[in-house]
Formats: sequence, structure tokens, C-alpha cells
Amino acid sequence: MAVLQMQRVSICALKKDRKAILEKLQALGVMEMNQIADEEGFEKMDTVNAKLSFEKKAQLTETALGILDIYAPQKQSMLSGLAGKELVSQDEFQKITAKKDEVIEKADALLTKSKEIAEIKANIVKIENRIESLEPWLSLDAPMNYAGTARTAMLLGTMPAGTDEAAIHEKVAAECPEIEALDVQIISEDADAVYLAVFCLKKEAEKTEEALRAGGFARPSQISNQIPAKEKENLKAEIQKLNKEIEVTEEEIKGYATSREELKVVGDYFRLRAEKYEVLGTLPQSQRTFVISGYVAEKTVPVLKKAIADRYDCVMDVEELKEEEEPPVILKNNAFSDSVEGVLESYGLPHKGEFDPTTIMSFFYVFFFGMMLSDAAYGAIIAIACFVVLKKFPRMSKSMRKSMKMFMFCGLSTLVWGVLFGGYFGDVVDVVGKTFFNKDITIKPLWFAPLNNPMKLLIYSMAFGLVHLFVGLGIKGYMLLKEGKVLDFFCDVILWYVFLAGLLLMLIPSDIFASIAQAKIVFPPFVNTLAKALAIIGALGLLLMSGRANKNPVLRIALGAYDIYNITGWLSDVLSYSRLLALGLATGVIASVVNQMGSMFGKGVVGAIGFAIVFVVGHTLNLAINLLGAYVHTNRLQFVEFFGKFYEGGGKPFEPFESDTKYVDIKEETLS
Amino acid sequence: MSIWSNLGLVYALLGAAVAVFLAGAGSAIGVGIAGQAASGVVTEDPSKFAKVLIMQLLPGTQGIYGLLVGFITLSKIGLLGGGAADLDPQTGLLILAACLPIGIVGLISGKAQGQTAAAAIGIVAKKPEQFGKAMLFPAMVETYAILALLISILAVTAIQV
Repeated sequence: MAVLQMQRVSICALKKDRKAILEKLQALGVMEMNQIADEEGFEKMDTVNAKLSFEKKAQLTETALGILDIYAPQKQSMLSGLAGKELVSQDEFQKITAKKDEVIEKADALLTKSKEIAEIKANIVKIENRIESLEPWLSLDAPMNYAGTARTAMLLGTMPAGTDEAAIHEKVAAECPEIEALDVQIISEDADAVYLAVFCLKKEAEKTEEALRAGGFARPSQISNQIPAKEKENLKAEIQKLNKEIEVTEEEIKGYATSREELKVVGDYFRLRAEKYEVLGTLPQSQRTFVISGYVAEKTVPVLKKAIADRYDCVMDVEELKEEEEPPVILKNNAFSDSVEGVLESYGLPHKGEFDPTTIMSFFYVFFFGMMLSDAAYGAIIAIACFVVLKKFPRMSKSMRKSMKMFMFCGLSTLVWGVLFGGYFGDVVDVVGKTFFNKDITIKPLWFAPLNNPMKLLIYSMAFGLVHLFVGLGIKGYMLLKEGKVLDFFCDVILWYVFLAGLLLMLIPSDIFASIAQAKIVFPPFVNTLAKALAIIGALGLLLMSGRANKNPVLRIALGAYDIYNITGWLSDVLSYSRLLALGLATGVIASVVNQMGSMFGKGVVGAIGFAIVFVVGHTLNLAINLLGAYVHTNRLQFVEFFGKFYEGGGKPFEPFESDTKYVDIKEETLS
Repeated sequence: MSIWSNLGLVYALLGAAVAVFLAGAGSAIGVGIAGQAASGVVTEDPSKFAKVLIMQLLPGTQGIYGLLVGFITLSKIGLLGGGAADLDPQTGLLILAACLPIGIVGLISGKAQGQTAAAAIGIVAKKPEQFGKAMLFPAMVETYAILALLISILAVTAIQV
């Protein structure tokens, strides 16, 4: 339950060892780079171009892999996302990266091929458009550019929709009465236009066309020297040919599928180099030496010493952090509690000097989660599923591992709460017994069934909440004491404890509480007096002391009164824990709705099958929705109610210079 | 049996219906609003599907709470077991009143939570690593639905039939 102590490590070494040292640091991944300000005589190297070229190559392999995924998809199971990165031995990594140029060529080839396919596809679209524009002319049995016979000419074109032969004749006669001969053939008609072939005498062709144009005649935009039907056939054949070409190219691409692994490894190789060059660009260097500096966790400093200081000619300087430095944060917790580190991270890591609440939170987290889900069977399913996944994918990413572990513990807690409350898929045992065996079987809850006595559970929920909040206040007190602020500790923590304890003791024997708890609790008189005394002392203390930072007495009292008003905040915080009851009831009741629906099919084989289907679908849905609810609301109770009492967060996560690969992990040689 | 002689049961059933349909309508609106935002994110980046789906589901709980109260009411008045209880109109109205909190709060908070969830989906779209925080904003709205649910459950179970 702690934040690891950080130290600044600076290494000054010879340039000839630069590559080796940087690679070693990267492989170890224990140092977050943070170079000290420039010093005279040192210069920085410009590595931007080198870095960019590596990134470009990594990007190229990525695009190539994307192309492979399109044309030669890999079968992946639903859970493959959990599998994590593959482990590659140092030898193998070197073997593959040795032929990196070859692999990059392959990636280039893949890219070219995919471009080819794109081009062919664009061509096909063009041809399809041509075919479409031919469609109205299909019944024309002359080539579209047919020049006519010795005396006659053919005019092809469109006119506005609805025009018929008679109208055309009329139009031409009106425009140009001297035209001798005219034959109009309507080829086809659609909603937009009439497609026609007009025959006339060659010498009158121009005049005729002009006359027609006045009526909206226009020549087709594309004219081929083939009979349209034939032309269409030719174009179709061409499309087929192009499709063949695509197929061939696709086959070629598929042929590269065997290089998938190489592409991944080489991509990672360039990613590593890009990162190395980025760091290199920040290092101050002189003619012969370079300096590297950064944060290292105190306990890993010896590892670094052994791997670098003892191997190369260098000076390694380890110093404590300066006052104003804000070091990155690494959390260190026991095997149980580190599972909820992800939850803390999503709120924010502890800032400098702040207490790491992970361990304390982990117990409450698992406890509340189980209470909200509270069904033994659901709990068992979650715990077993997470356990199997954890065992099956040992190379899962770290954060995924933690969440799986967290859900496994939460599942166990759910199991326990389910047994306490008597929930096994809701009331499936009762329903099955009644429907199929005509017997009343009930598994008795170990504690009590919440639906039969919701008030009791409400009281317990709030009591658990109060404990949770008091612990939060306690941590605040601990932190104040650690910082030596005894006065703050007394005024902001102790006085609140006194005030709240007094109010609580006054509340318990009251009628309101009795009506909720359905039991009258009577304290001996001296406790009642004590309660009043505590409440008054607390309230007075808060009234006088909360505004102590202010010299103006009126303002000070006003601020004190305002602080006492915060009691409403405490009230709403405690009430907020009623969700423990509400969500627990929701799981149980919906589960029994599912069971009830399943039992409506009646007895016998049909009934059993119907029941089984409703059971599986209904409970899967219920589990999914309530799992989500329990997760969200447990987080909320931690973040808002618990952290609200003491925790700020805002620490910077530790981001070491490491082998930040995408596909493969390179096996680290054991330090010899 | 005329409706007038059995008015108590009618009121009680009306209560169950109010709880289910108001809260359910609220959730439907909320999930719908969030779903529109979620679809927008998935068109840009399909890999965020799981995250935005969780966000979209957050306003769906009101409907479940309504169902819960409806179910408790039905089993209370014995409609599920076959033999309906003989309710006087007064008890029926009591049950109707008990169902109102989750119905009304469910309707309004469902919509509000949907809008918050849509905004939170915006966070996930731009900063997926802030998922934990983004999830908290819609959960804040839900608190009030839970409080209403609590009062509805307590009231329904407390009424003597």
C-alpha cells in the first residue's frame, strides 16, 4: 500500500557505448526519461529525421498488415484480444530483423498491389457507367456513329420526355418547312427523355438537326462505333477480364500471408528504433560523452547498477529528488489489492506525498461489489470465468490481468453474499421444484432474504456506508498528522468525529430510527446525555474552529456555521449507500422474473426446453446488466463518497523508456 | 363482477403499469439518445464499440427499476400466483401512489441520464483512457432513480394487503 520511492539517476558515459547503453535501458524499461537542463559544452543531436523515417516504416508495415487482414483475414476467436503479445526470443527477433529490408520490400509490394486493385475497381466503375449510358440505345441495330447511306443521314439523340413522332414532325415542319423527307424512330423512352434515331436526306442533315434542336434535341454524350448491343457485350467481357485481374492480384496478396509474422516483428523493430531515437534527440552530448538522466524506483536502482554501471565505463549518479520535483508514480500493493489499481488509476494516481488508498479501497470495493450483485450462482460464474481466462492467457497485458483478477475477487464476494441472502439464480430452486416436481424446496439464506425485510438491509447498507466514510475521514486525519498539522487534524477530523458520533447516538434511540429499524433501542440515560454533550461540543468546536484561517471574527463564525451545514453532505453520502440495497434487490427480483417466465411453459419436455431457453437468455442478460450496474456504482461509491473525504489524486503515471511494442514481446536475456 | 366492485385491484394494477411504462419510456428515450452518440463514434472508430456500448446501456437501468417495482406490485396483489387479492379502493390507491416515484423519476432521469451519457460518449471518443471518469457522470444522474426506486420498493412492501 504504497507509492514507490523514486530517485534520480544520471549516467554519464562514453559515446562509443551510447547505442549499447540506450538499448539496455530500453530493454530494462525501468527509467522514465527526464533530462536535466542544458549545460554548457553539451549539445543535442537532431534525430527528428531519423525518427520520422523509422516511424514511416513502422506505419508502412501497419498498412501492409491492414491489407493482409482485408484479403487474407485471420481467424480470430472472441477472446483473442485477451491473449496479449506473443513472446519472441532474442535470436528469432534478430533473425527476422536481419532481413528487414526484404520485409519492407514485401510491405511495399503489398501496398502496390492494393493500389492496383483500387485502380482496376475504379476502371470497372467507369465501364459500368458506360454500359448504363448504352442501355437506352440497346434496340438500335446500327452502330451509333453510323454515317448513313449515300443519300441519307442518321441523327441520334434525345428529346424531352413525352415527345412523340407526330410532335417531332410538327416541330420540324414549323421550324423548317422546306425539309423534304424525315423519318423518326423512337428507340426507347424513360422518365427523363425520349431516345430517337432520325433519318433525313444528307444534304438537309444540318437544317434538320437545327430544327430538332429547337425542340430540345441533343446528341448523346458518348458514341461508339459498334452496334450498342454488341458494344455492351464487349464492355461486359472487359469487366470480366478486369475482375479476373483483381482475383489474380488478390491471390498474390494472399501469397504474402505467410509474411504476417515478419511484418509484425519488423514493424515493432522500427517502433523500438523510433523511440530510441526520440530519446537520443533529448540527450545532452559533448564531443566524447553523453549524459542520460531520469527517474528510477529506488528498489530497481541496483538492477540498473548491475546492468550498466558495472559493464561500461561510466559514472552513475543516484540522488534523492529535490523538493520541487514532481516524480512519476508507481503503486506497489499486495497481490490482492493490486487488482483494483486500475480503478484508482482511472480516478487519478496519488499526487506527491499523498497516501495510496488502494489497499483499503480494495476491501471495500470487493465487499460492496458482492453486495450489489449478491447472487451465489452469478458470483460463481464470474469467478470461474475470470479464473479460466487468467489461466488460459498467461501473457495477457498487465492492466487486463489486474481487471480480470479484480472481477474474480468480486465474483467470490458475490458468491458469499449470494449465500448469505439465499440467491441462486434468484429463486430458481423454488421455481423448478414447484413447476417440475411439485415440491416446495427452498434454500434458506444464511442471513436473511432482502426482499422479505428490505428495511433491515437498508439499515445495514447505511451502516456499512458510515464505516466506509469514517475510514475515509480517518485517512484524512492520518495524512494531516503525517504532515505534522496537528491543529488541522483536531479541527477537521476529530471535531467531525465527535459531532457525528453525538448525532448518531441521538438518532438511534429516536422514534424515526425505531420506525425504520422496526425495533426500539433504549440507551441508558448517561449515554443520552453523552450523545447530547458530544453533539454540542462537536458543533461548537466546528463553529469556532472551521474558519480559523480568517482573522475577522464574524466571518470566522459564518464559515464555521457553513461547515456545520456540511452535515447535509454527510446525510446524502450515507443515503447514497442505499444503492447497495436497491441494486441487490434488482438482481434478485429480475432473476425471479426470468424464472417465473420460464415456468409459464408448464411441465413436461416442452416445458423443460422452454424453461431452459428462457433461463439461459434471461439470466445472461440479467447478469450482464447487473454486472455493469454493480461495477459502475461500486466505482461511484469509491470515487464520490469515499475519495471525497480525503483523496485528491492528480499524480503522473510512470512512463518508462521501454520496449513499447505492438505485437511481440522480446524475451529478455537473463542478466549474466 | 363489475369493475366498480373491484376498483382496488384496478388502481393497484394501474400503479404497476405506471411504474413500468413511465420508467421504461424514460430508459428508452435515454438509451436512444446515447445510442445516437454511440453510433457516431463507432462510424469513426469501430474499435471503441465495447466502451460506447457500456455508456449507452447506463440509462437503461431505470426501465429495469420500473420493471422491478411493477413485478413486486404484481406479486403483492397476487396477480402472478393466480388468486388476485381482494383490495379495497383505498389500498389500491396507496399502491398506485407507491409506484409513482420510480415511474416519474425514472422517466425524467432516464432522459437526463441519456443526455449525460451522450456527452460522456464524447469524452470516450476523444480521450478513451478517461473511460472511468466519463462513466461516472451518467452514474451521478442515476442516484436519484435509485432513491426513487428505494422509496417505491419500501412503500409497496410496507402496504398491508
